[in-house]
Amino acid sequence: MSRVQKRVRPLTERTNADQAAPEVDREDWLHMYEQMAKIRIFEEHVNELYQSAKMPGLAHLYIGEEAIAVGVCQALQRDDYITSTHRGHGHCLAKGASLDRMFCELLGRERGYCRGKGGSMHIADQDTGNLGANAIVGGSAAIATGAAFSSKRLGNGRVAVCFFGEGALGQGLVYESMNMAQLWKLPVVFICENNLYNEYTHHHETTAGSMKARAEAFGLMTSEVNGQNVREVHESAARLIERARRGDGPAFMLCHTYRFTGHHVGDINRAYYRTKDEELDWKTNRDPLKLLADWMTENKMADAGIFQQIESSVQAEVAAAVEYALNAPFPAPDEVSLHVYA
Amino acid sequence: MSMPESNGRELTYGDAIKEALAEELRRDPRVFMLGEDIAEAGTTFRVLNGLVEEFGPERVLDTPISEPGFTGLAVGAAMTGMRPIVDIMFGDFSGLIMDQVANQAAKIHYMSGGKLNVPMVLRTTMGAGRRSAAQHSQSLHAWYSHIPGLKVVVPATPYDAKGLMKSAIRDDNPVVILEDKMMYRTVKGPVPADDYTIPLGVADVKREGTDITLVATSSMVYVALEAAKLLSEIEVSAEVVDPRTLVPLDKQALIESVKKTSRAIVIDEGYEQYGVTAELASVIAEGAFYYLDAPVKRMGAMNVPIPFSPALEDLTIPNPQQVLEMAKTLCGKV
Repeated sequence: MSRVQKRVRPLTERTNADQAAPEVDREDWLHMYEQMAKIRIFEEHVNELYQSAKMPGLAHLYIGEEAIAVGVCQALQRDDYITSTHRGHGHCLAKGASLDRMFCELLGRERGYCRGKGGSMHIADQDTGNLGANAIVGGSAAIATGAAFSSKRLGNGRVAVCFFGEGALGQGLVYESMNMAQLWKLPVVFICENNLYNEYTHHHETTAGSMKARAEAFGLMTSEVNGQNVREVHESAARLIERARRGDGPAFMLCHTYRFTGHHVGDINRAYYRTKDEELDWKTNRDPLKLLADWMTENKMADAGIFQQIESSVQAEVAAAVEYALNAPFPAPDEVSLHVYA
Repeated sequence: MSMPESNGRELTYGDAIKEALAEELRRDPRVFMLGEDIAEAGTTFRVLNGLVEEFGPERVLDTPISEPGFTGLAVGAAMTGMRPIVDIMFGDFSGLIMDQVANQAAKIHYMSGGKLNVPMVLRTTMGAGRRSAAQHSQSLHAWYSHIPGLKVVVPATPYDAKGLMKSAIRDDNPVVILEDKMMYRTVKGPVPADDYTIPLGVADVKREGTDITLVATSSMVYVALEAAKLLSEIEVSAEVVDPRTLVPLDKQALIESVKKTSRAIVIDEGYEQYGVTAELASVIAEGAFYYLDAPVKRMGAMNVPIPFSPALEDLTIPNPQQVLEMAKTLCGKV
């Protein structure tokens, strides 16, 4: 956990991932691999907890999209802000949340990040700048913009990152937020995770025109990346985040990605909206963990053994966190009416 | 508790609000205001004139016509160290911002297990009578009062408006203040120049009486006071109680008054159906049941969209004559 949120050297303007590589060293890439593995394995355990009826409610898994949360958060400082979504476990972990308190929250335990009152869709952790996952699609766009407003007004140099899915492009609030962010040159970066499906509906059926051009129309700096490639994500995010931090204004980053599993853990039969072949293609050929491992191996930065080592150590860490959470106490009944008001 | 004296100093309702805002902007650099046409224009009601000249456009910030956007921006700013005051020109626009208020501002403290706070004030207007028709005349304070996590303030006098506004700005929760737009210039009253606050959750007896309690909010306080005057002419002594804040609600003050008078009418300018009057009447019915000599009656706005024509609009709002008639019935004076 100690390597979470480590400082990344500032990157200068560049245009593609390969040029970025020398600036980010082997340790950084291995750290990002570990972070992605942590999210992957965390989510697999969440699914198991659901399947075995140990977890109340539902959860929306981030499996397949890990490179985005990790590549972006690696470019953030610990006190920079993020806002997240209903599919938010990856963002929270990448920003530095601890596994045991995450599981406690998902299981409704008092030791959870929100004392069991938020659950899977509302994890907030002010110690790592996480202003909360938000279960209203697009609902945090203005909150992130407001955090950026505070940063600018208080002069504390913090950047706010707003994660949202392509489904949020249907919400007017997102555009109102981009407009104000650009008008007032606020340090906010909007990260759009285009995983192709608004719940169970392909974005071709919901989203007209160009996603990127929507942000460009407001004058935001934009980029478009392969969201499965953590190097590409990180390079672009670092550039846009540092630009925002310098006071040069907000940005929009469009990341193409894929949800390897269903809209939520209970979305098992998906054939009516997407094919098994499509899923298999993404899982086989565009797995973000595999892509990074392959690249590092090819470039003689690591051998396969190290990735197995990372995975088994993360497996053990996650299993211990699940065990801890399953044995943690539920909140006492009087907790129900605490924290309605500050 | 002893409150400061005005020593003959009088301000309009609008100027009392402006004075509270100016004092708080001076006191705390984290406080700032945002909304449509609030800077040079001083709002469409000209209530904030002069503030941008003193505090600058960064603290009295004109926004795009994007109510959900700038309300949400205020939520985020409040969570991260600022103390924003949002201006929503007409209460009718509440529908536009309700997600940011009800699902975000009201819930963030609770959902985060008490870790994140949203110290913001949302100022908006209420009140019919301006010949503005159905989308610029409603009194929608019941909407906000329904949501746990929000505090809701409906000041009736300049004195209350200043003291309650300052409390709202210093509160660490989202507080909604609904100002009756018809009172900005027409209502004038004593306002101390001092820095004073009125705690949220304390009702005020606007007139003492012994025969019937008229519980009234915002501009309906004046309707109730006028009715009380008419009632005194037929030797009925009416007490007028103003809750001042709907959340938190000073239940005890309502109950104590009705225990004394045994009769109650609740008057409020929101729609009568499922409205503020229903909640207040039930508080009285439960808390003073054994003291009641008559059913608790309610008078709200008629359950119709507010019409434009003066001949129709005036029918929709409770008036002193109606209160008088109902009070006479309850007191057996017909």
